[in-house]
Parts: sequence; C-alpha cells; structure tokens
Amino acid sequence: MSHDHDHDNELDPFAARVRALETILTRKGLIDPAAIDVIVDTYETKIGPRNGARVVAKAWHDPDFADWLRRDATAAIESLSYTGRQGEHMQAVFNTEDTHNLVVCTLCSCYPWSVLGLPPVWYKAPPYRSRAVIDPRGVLEEFGLTLPAETKIRVWDSTAELRYLVVPLRPEGTDGWSEEQLAELVSRDAMIGTARAGQPA
Amino acid sequence: MSRPEPKRAAADLPAGLDAPVFAEPWQAEAFAMVVALHDRGLFSWGEWAQALSAEVKKPGAAADGHDYYEHWLAALEGLLASKGLAARQDVDAMAHAWERAAHATPHGKPILLENDPEFGPAR
Repeated sequence: MSHDHDHDNELDPFAARVRALETILTRKGLIDPAAIDVIVDTYETKIGPRNGARVVAKAWHDPDFADWLRRDATAAIESLSYTGRQGEHMQAVFNTEDTHNLVVCTLCSCYPWSVLGLPPVWYKAPPYRSRAVIDPRGVLEEFGLTLPAETKIRVWDSTAELRYLVVPLRPEGTDGWSEEQLAELVSRDAMIGTARAGQPA
Repeated sequence: MSRPEPKRAAADLPAGLDAPVFAEPWQAEAFAMVVALHDRGLFSWGEWAQALSAEVKKPGAAADGHDYYEHWLAALEGLLASKGLAARQDVDAMAHAWERAAHATPHGKPILLENDPEFGPAR
C-alpha cells in the first residue's frame, strides 16, 4: 500500500464534504451514485478534443458542412451526435489569414464540453482568464504562437449560454487528405486558439 | 496512441499547467454531482455559472488554478443551501461523520459511514 501511514484512514476535508453531499442527496433521492460514476467515466474517457477535431476536419473537407457550421454550429455539431448537456449554443469562429480567434471565459470556466471535453487547468486559472482579453498577443506568445503584427486577434468570451469553437486554418500540403488524416492535425489548443493546426509530417 | 503526435502542448507554460482534468477522485465526484443535479432540473446552467463565478472571483484564488475544484465545491454547497436542498449544518455534521468513519476504519478496508462510532439510524 502506498498510503503515508498505516493505522487508519484519513479523508481530507474536501473529500469528506463531497461524501457528505453525496450521502445527503442520495438519501433525498436527488442523485443516484451509479449515475455519478457514469458521468465521471464519460468525461474522463469518452468526451474529449477528438470530437472537436472531427468537426474541424469535416469542415475542412466538406464546404457544405463548413457553411452549415458557420451559420448554425449548434445544429451542425449535433448532426455528429456531439450534444451539449447544458442546453448551450455553439458558435464556430473561423481563423483566416487576417484574423486569429481566441476563446476565454472571463466569468468562470464555460467551455464547449461536448466537443473539447473538460478544460485544461490553465484555461480555468486566473492569469489566462484575465490576460487573454487584456493582452492576447502576449498570451499567445507564451504558448509559443507568434502571430504577424498585421494579424488581428479576436477574443471571444464564453458564457453559460454560448460557447465557441475555433476552426483553425487548414495547413498547406494537405490536399486530398481524408477527414481522419486531417483530424490528426487538430489539437485541443488549436480549437481554443492558443495554437495553430499541426503541420503535415 | 503510439504514433508521433503532430499536435503540440503548451510547452512554454510552467510545468504542471497541463495536468489531468481531475487531480483527485473527489473533484470528479463534485463535478459529476453538478452535472447530475442540473440534469434533474434543480438549477439552470446560468445559475450554476453565476454561483461558480462568484467563488472563483473571491480574492486569494490560486494563480495556477489548483484550487479550482475547491471553488467548484463551495459553489455547489452554496447553491444547495440557498435552494434548501442541503443545509450547511447538515453537511457539516455528515462530513464529520465521514471523517470519524474514516478514522475508525482499519487500513485497507473500504470506508463506510456505518464505521462511524457515533453512527445512528439514517435520518
């Protein structure tokens, strides 16, 4: 056993409070512990940025889908069975040669869970939430992304009702690639806007 | 996945900022409880975002975000208390019962609430 002591067990205060809430809510019939396990498993293993990568790759591959995604991202994304749980609307923001898009939630940590899974720690931390709006160019440089001075940066502030997905520029040299191949080039960070799409090897 | 990945993590940020989404099991459980309670219609997602925002805006939030789920839990407790679904004093009492149960449980055995020496019939 790898515990740091061997006589009894210890629950840290947060773990104890979570157990207390679970006990109280289960006794009131408001939650089902089995359903809690299913939700955890879903978010840890089934929902993640591969979903979003498929959306982006399809948009690169299929101009009609790209057009739909631009007009009604909620419906276009739902057509791939990636459905938001909070009734939120989705908006896809397309990078161009002139404009780079960056997503933040200054309020708390709203994020397009259905296509990107749960946000990385830095997305939820105060420095990113405050600085992405004030100094987006500086923040991007810390991510290793230096944009030409003439490229405009547009920052999108997520809310509980509206979440954003960045569609990065399709890399050069990928003509004739399949959706599956293209999806491999699309990272989570590229869909938040803190990276470009990967380059073909 | 064994093939080299073309995608690049945020390599220039300090180490640890790209950690797994849940650092400890209680964080995953607290997260899932909010999703489950919202699914049951006990609060709107807007209400939740407002509660969470109020917590993460308080002074003293860690710059590295490691305390994010502590704020998440505080927001959940506050929302449940304000809606009369779980009173603060009941949560305090139940949390202490769980801590006593943990202490009384031999190492390696699952922690059960019944192991609390003061355990009584379920209220």
